[in-house]
Amino acid sequence: MTDVCIVGVGIHPFGRTDGLSGLDQGVFAVRQALADAGVAWPDVQFAYGGSDSAGNPDTMVDRLGLTGVQFINVRNGCAAGGSALFSAQMAIKSGEFELGLAVGFDKHPRGAFNALPAEYNLPDWYGEAGYMITTQFFANKITRYMHDHGISPTTLGRVAEKAFRNAVHAPHAWRREPVSLETIMEAPMISDPYTKYMFCSPAEGGVALLLASEKKARELGKPLVRLKAATMRTRPPGSFEVFAPSIDVERGGSATNIASAAAFELAGISPADIALAQLQDTEAGAELMHMAENGFCKDGEQERWLADGLTEIGGRLPVNTDGGCLACGEPIGASGLRQVYENVVQLRGDGGGRQVPGNPKTAYSHVYGAPGVSAVTILER
Amino acid sequence: MRIIAEGLLTDESTPRLIGGRNRTTGRIVFPCPENGDYEPYPLQRTGTLWSYTIQRYRPKSPPYAGPDAFRPWPVGYIELPGEVIVEARLANVAFEDIAIGMPLELTLIPLDPDAPDSVIIPAFEPIGAAA
Repeated sequence: MTDVCIVGVGIHPFGRTDGLSGLDQGVFAVRQALADAGVAWPDVQFAYGGSDSAGNPDTMVDRLGLTGVQFINVRNGCAAGGSALFSAQMAIKSGEFELGLAVGFDKHPRGAFNALPAEYNLPDWYGEAGYMITTQFFANKITRYMHDHGISPTTLGRVAEKAFRNAVHAPHAWRREPVSLETIMEAPMISDPYTKYMFCSPAEGGVALLLASEKKARELGKPLVRLKAATMRTRPPGSFEVFAPSIDVERGGSATNIASAAAFELAGISPADIALAQLQDTEAGAELMHMAENGFCKDGEQERWLADGLTEIGGRLPVNTDGGCLACGEPIGASGLRQVYENVVQLRGDGGGRQVPGNPKTAYSHVYGAPGVSAVTILER
Repeated sequence: MRIIAEGLLTDESTPRLIGGRNRTTGRIVFPCPENGDYEPYPLQRTGTLWSYTIQRYRPKSPPYAGPDAFRPWPVGYIELPGEVIVEARLANVAFEDIAIGMPLELTLIPLDPDAPDSVIIPAFEPIGAAA
């Protein structure tokens, strides 16, 4: 099978853009990716597009050109972007196509996501009682994790502090002002132990990635950024997921555990070989738990890792180099692809003020979402 | 007294939550799924706090059916040993006294504490709190 390479990347800045629809932002990203790769829309043989609340991605052919291209919509919660990318690389690996697109965009209203029980196969009373809330789940999950593994609230604060500090140097980030640890810790509680700076917000944005076979990538003359692994998994028994009226007494692993293990096996490398990582950080504690769930450290070691700055840009494993979801916000359809965009930028050495030093060769991305799905990628230059 | 949904509680003078027991695997869940794989399984009334948080803002409506006036409330997961860990409100406890591992028992509270005819939801309170 051929290696799949990422030959073009594009992004519409995340945040809030009045006057532009989610689809507009997706089109913007696609045009940028086409220019980056030096190809034209008619050259694109297929596309997978993810959007959760901004309409059907395939309608963008109206804007990009009616070339008759095969265009498949993907709706897979927070893993929509990752699923689009997974599907796109399969199409090239199979030998069927040489050049294709994975695109994701979204535009959400302000405030917390407004999920309804029926969409998740849950009874109406669960929402009526006030439990259909992602922030509540995340807070419950980290409270137990902190109790079991000795994680302090200050460590949650350090994650958020790092996110805003890194985002200062990321032109596509939403919140680009540093916020002090003290301000983060003393801000109003949203759901204890999380203050308002420790949660990401629903946002807007668009990301496009052009994928090519290695042969096609060489023709285009681009630096070869190989997609060594792209995996997507659903939950195993005993996991603790968003919107859970009950959980098993016998605790088990997570969708992230198995998506991560599968990705490392595919790529033939181990967590110690990764130079930088983008880990789902819809809230500060998620980044910490995902460091362990993806195999980068043991449960509880995050306390020391954060205190010692090991996940800073210049640290042992820089995590969320563009500020992650905390600083970029979360347009569901685009969020997972933003992580891969950032990794391509870093592997090309184009990170500017947020560039990971030492000429990084490997980069990892991970998304997680309801109702227990996870997608992982490993890139290699 | 109107419970927020049918099928959540047994019809006893001291009601219990009705879980579901998988007929094949024995796995216990809450609430009891409305499909043939599970049979109703009344859950024990006491357990320990597994985790918790304080809901500090009013959830969006729909789906939230609570009162417009909002006061923060605690919500957590209660481990019923050997059975299942269930999500529920915590009642009759000061926020600062809530701690993982504390013994709790089932109680019933109004969704709207200021309405005389409020629907009732299951909750857990410290053992002996009602005494």
